[in-house]
Amino acid sequence: MSEKYYAGMDVGSHSTETVIIDDNKQQLSFSIIDTGLDGNAAAEDALNLALAKIGINGENLKGIVATGYGRANVTSAGKQVTEITCHATGAHHIYPQAGTVIDMGGQDSKVIHIDENGQLVDFVMNDKCAAGTGRFLEVMAKRLGSNLDQFGNLALLSEQAVPISNTCTVFAESEVVSLLAKNHPRDQIIRGLHQAIVDRIWAQSQTVGIHGAVIMTGGVALNQGVIQLLEDKLKCELLIPPQPQIVGALGAALIARRNFR
Amino acid sequence: MKDVGAPALIGLRELTRKKRSRSQNQLFGPPLECTNRLKEIMTRHYYLARFATGAKPVAWVTSGAPVELLRSFGFYTIYPENHGALVGAKKQGAAMCSIAEGAGYSPDLCSYARIDLAHTLSRKTPAGRLPKPDLLFASNNICQTIAYWFKAISHHYNIPLILFDTPYNYTELAQTDINYMVEQLQQMIPVLEQASGQKFNNSKFTEIVGRARDTSLIWGAILATMQNRPAPMTIFETFFHLAPIVSLRGLPVTYDYYQILLAELKQRVRAGIGATTCEVKRLMWDNIAIWYKVRDHSIRFAEQGMNFVTATYTNAWAETTQHLDVNNPFESMAKTYSLVILNNNLDYRLKLMQRLIQEYRVDGLVIHSARSCKPYSVGQYDIKRKLYQELKIPAVIIDGDITDERAYSDEQTRTRLDAFFEILGN
Repeated sequence: MSEKYYAGMDVGSHSTETVIIDDNKQQLSFSIIDTGLDGNAAAEDALNLALAKIGINGENLKGIVATGYGRANVTSAGKQVTEITCHATGAHHIYPQAGTVIDMGGQDSKVIHIDENGQLVDFVMNDKCAAGTGRFLEVMAKRLGSNLDQFGNLALLSEQAVPISNTCTVFAESEVVSLLAKNHPRDQIIRGLHQAIVDRIWAQSQTVGIHGAVIMTGGVALNQGVIQLLEDKLKCELLIPPQPQIVGALGAALIARRNFR
Repeated sequence: MKDVGAPALIGLRELTRKKRSRSQNQLFGPPLECTNRLKEIMTRHYYLARFATGAKPVAWVTSGAPVELLRSFGFYTIYPENHGALVGAKKQGAAMCSIAEGAGYSPDLCSYARIDLAHTLSRKTPAGRLPKPDLLFASNNICQTIAYWFKAISHHYNIPLILFDTPYNYTELAQTDINYMVEQLQQMIPVLEQASGQKFNNSKFTEIVGRARDTSLIWGAILATMQNRPAPMTIFETFFHLAPIVSLRGLPVTYDYYQILLAELKQRVRAGIGATTCEVKRLMWDNIAIWYKVRDHSIRFAEQGMNFVTATYTNAWAETTQHLDVNNPFESMAKTYSLVILNNNLDYRLKLMQRLIQEYRVDGLVIHSARSCKPYSVGQYDIKRKLYQELKIPAVIIDGDITDERAYSDEQTRTRLDAFFEILGN
């Protein structure tokens, strides 16, 4: 283990992740905690947690980069970089063959086109709407009495999907209530919801195009229902990192290494 | 080609009133001396408008209407789009839009239209007072909403509406379409004679057409000074200086003003004075301004060493008006107003943007997807993709609205712009 360490912190709307790497770009530790109300405090807590796991003191960090919506408020960071560039950098590091990154987080979804060097070429993000994001799935899982972790698997239990409006989280929730009242099978409704979110991210992907191998990042990449339906829709296999939620933080750590070596 | 210009007038006052911090001042070159003159001209125009009722026939006009014909009858003209932009720059867009929404108009309707309808219903305006129209003069070369919006105003005041119908150019402009438009222009004459109480005067009309053409040529020369590096003006300033050619097109004051502005800009070019002190990257803007964010954006981009040197929007008044021909005024007017950017197919728009990118040596493109302006915003993703494929020009799309600040998110925009800056920085 080298003596130079770098940290990346991704302060998202839902959770905050920290990744620590060494000078050889090896990932040494990571942490994931709820962001809560204070993004800066969450960032510090996540950092301390990740440091404690490997018994390193914060003073040994040569550089810290913050990303995510709360990036501007992280006082310990030497640099702020958008989550778009960080996801591109992290994705390229894990899968150098990736040309397209589909990131679905708590509050937004984005499709990113990267070149062979991992440089950001183009991107598209969801507009001011939560449809197509982790929040959409979270709201729907709660409404349908499901644990979020199991929600995606439930979508795969049924071969049939009840069509759901994919334009608005609030209206989709009302729609679900209405469908339940009409005794539509729960599994078919859940599949319909997953299909809606997949249709939306697929439409986004078409605006920047699919280039090379496709990697999926963000918390939604833990959802097997979304993965399978999206693979069907894109007609390709998705590369899923072992911890898809921390790819942005990993990218931030790699950028910290590049900037503060 | 929607009107932003004159509205900016008061926006401009707002811009200059708020003192920039010292660090912000270091971002910009010395302000244009002409700006005070512009303010005088536009303030006078709006001030005199208060006394126009009864003294002159008053017309409310759309930005893409063939106003030269109207001017020959001595109408005093007010541009509701211009007024809408003024409201937006004053950050009163959402409040005005709410009035129209309260009257039953959809929030999906263009916010310029909602503001104009709100003004019609409430008479509220930051401009003091606008004269009631005797006549409405519109062209659907910028959008179809215009036709319905102006019909509603016509119904409210019980006044005539003249609508100049310009068939959309799916391909090339056809002679049959030109004939159709010429016939309409000629049919307007007796209606305008009746509304104004004046007989049509061909020599006066021709003189105005000639002046409009000459003014457009100078406007083109003004924009062309921004081909220099550093550009002597930013596109944010150009949004304001556009005011006369939009609202006062065909009048001597506009021609005179632009000669002075052009001389000042040429002098700045000779002296190497840039609008921004650090012009590392040169950008193009697509679509109408986000009126309530012009000041913020001008600072934001200047901080990154980026200057907007061209815009499809400001270019619209240089692009086609120059085709006006005093020897063939009606047919040339038909062509001029039919060929505006929003009445043309996407291929036309793409070629236009490719040309501007090359002429102005553009490094990146910022595309405003305006909720209000569907004709301007449709096809932007295709254009973005094509421009990258063919010219390797990176672009970012920001969602917003021209005047309704409820349709704009600072946080969402910040992330998109930061990522765009990171792309350009690579």
